[in-house]
Amino acid sequence: MSSLVIWALLWEIIGRMDLTFFIPPLSHVIVTLFDIIGTPAFLKALSETGYAFFGGVVASIVIGIPVGILIGKSRLLDEMILPWVNIFLSAPLTALVPVLMVLFGFGMTSIIITTTLFAIWIIILNTRAGVMQINRSMIEMARSFGAKPLEAFFKIYFWAALPEILGGVRIGVIRAVKGVIIGQLLISIVGFGALFELYSSNFLMTHFWAVLVVLFAMAFSISEVLAYLERRVAYYAAKR
Amino acid sequence: MAMHQIEKSYDNLQVVVPPADVAQSAVSVRNVSKGYGNVEALRDLSLEFPRGQLTSLLGPSGCGKTTLLKIIAGLLKADSGDVEVNGVKVAGPGPDRAFVFQDFALLPWANVMRNVAFGLELRGIAKSEREAIAEKYIKNVGLAGFERSYPHELSGGMRQRVGLARALSVDAQVLLLDEPFSAVDEQNRRKFQEDMLELVQKEKKTFIFVTHSIEEAVYVSDQIAVLLPRPSRVSEVIRPTSFRHKDAANIRRDPEYLDIIDRIWASLRNYVE
Repeated sequence: MSSLVIWALLWEIIGRMDLTFFIPPLSHVIVTLFDIIGTPAFLKALSETGYAFFGGVVASIVIGIPVGILIGKSRLLDEMILPWVNIFLSAPLTALVPVLMVLFGFGMTSIIITTTLFAIWIIILNTRAGVMQINRSMIEMARSFGAKPLEAFFKIYFWAALPEILGGVRIGVIRAVKGVIIGQLLISIVGFGALFELYSSNFLMTHFWAVLVVLFAMAFSISEVLAYLERRVAYYAAKR
Repeated sequence: MAMHQIEKSYDNLQVVVPPADVAQSAVSVRNVSKGYGNVEALRDLSLEFPRGQLTSLLGPSGCGKTTLLKIIAGLLKADSGDVEVNGVKVAGPGPDRAFVFQDFALLPWANVMRNVAFGLELRGIAKSEREAIAEKYIKNVGLAGFERSYPHELSGGMRQRVGLARALSVDAQVLLLDEPFSAVDEQNRRKFQEDMLELVQKEKKTFIFVTHSIEEAVYVSDQIAVLLPRPSRVSEVIRPTSFRHKDAANIRRDPEYLDIIDRIWASLRNYVE
């Protein structure tokens, strides 16, 4: 936190030195932020971005965790699916966006899918890692007391892998922020993507930075909430 | 040689108790073989486990005693041979058997109450009912007052008591214990062994107990099966006769107890690296 204060000060000083129009003083950015934060345009952008963001994150979690558990459990599925997960994790997803537009159109669907594609792979990978480190005796315990597959899934594997799952979701959410903005910029100019486009093409740098600060603050708080949850389960991460 | 010793010990057995015919066995292992790749873990192993008694599987590490226990549990499949529990062939895990794990295998995110009731939870018993049963066994293993504690807040010995209570609460006729005290410190282990004796008396269940400690096996068992490794086979079955009904404190001084320990050590010492 204190490092943020130092960087903020540095930003203010560089801004005041008037070196480039690109970096206005932070104080101006903050003032602009409060000016635009209640405007209909901003609120509309916020809701559009929020909708696509949460749509993508929920899809990534709901699909990613079960897929991660399945490939962590099954050697065959693992060998079939893992290469694809690794390819998509490192692939330049931005280059895929035009393909998505062809397949799913220029609307919200494509943006949500882009967001999902940014977030889901790391969630799958981390869940898989979490499931693979589950103690063998825990699995034997489930079998010997007669757990049905679905019960074992929800009552044991999910909870036993939870520390890694939360780590994956935290990184996935941060990547989803990136995904939603790239989707909005490339697919249809809506939401915060549209605001970035509007402000940067009109050289309204204080406005541009204000929206970026809002976005950063949101991503930061979500990631902190998830980090807090991770610490809540850390007590058993070491003893499974 | 090995066969002869088995016969000899069964002769002894006939003097003490009625013949251990199959009807009196809770678990029968017949001609079981098991290999891992090229390694032969068990070869043609047969053994009877009398009902209501505690049988130890004792042997040096790598002798396949845990493999045998897991085959009885239905967690591993034998390559050939049969295991019968109460006359029914074992095809997989079943409600007639409950397992106690060496590393406890507790749910670290669940408290003692939920852990003990977990076996019943998986069987679909209603919450109030399973918690009433769990409550009773938590008390029986000496953990009353710790119902709301989590495993990481308990000592190793207490954690294994949770594992034991979980196995008891599903009311299986056969309890399978895989080196249950090996991760428990010495003093707790002694206390645990004493409690075990009481438990076997009270619960009237068949206990199968894997251990590598000679003293522990002789102390708690009605019958000790000594296994020799590579591939594993039963070298002898010993049934202590004179000290089983003495109180816990006097067993360790009984001459027969000390003799049996010496005898087992004599046959095992060649297999210790």
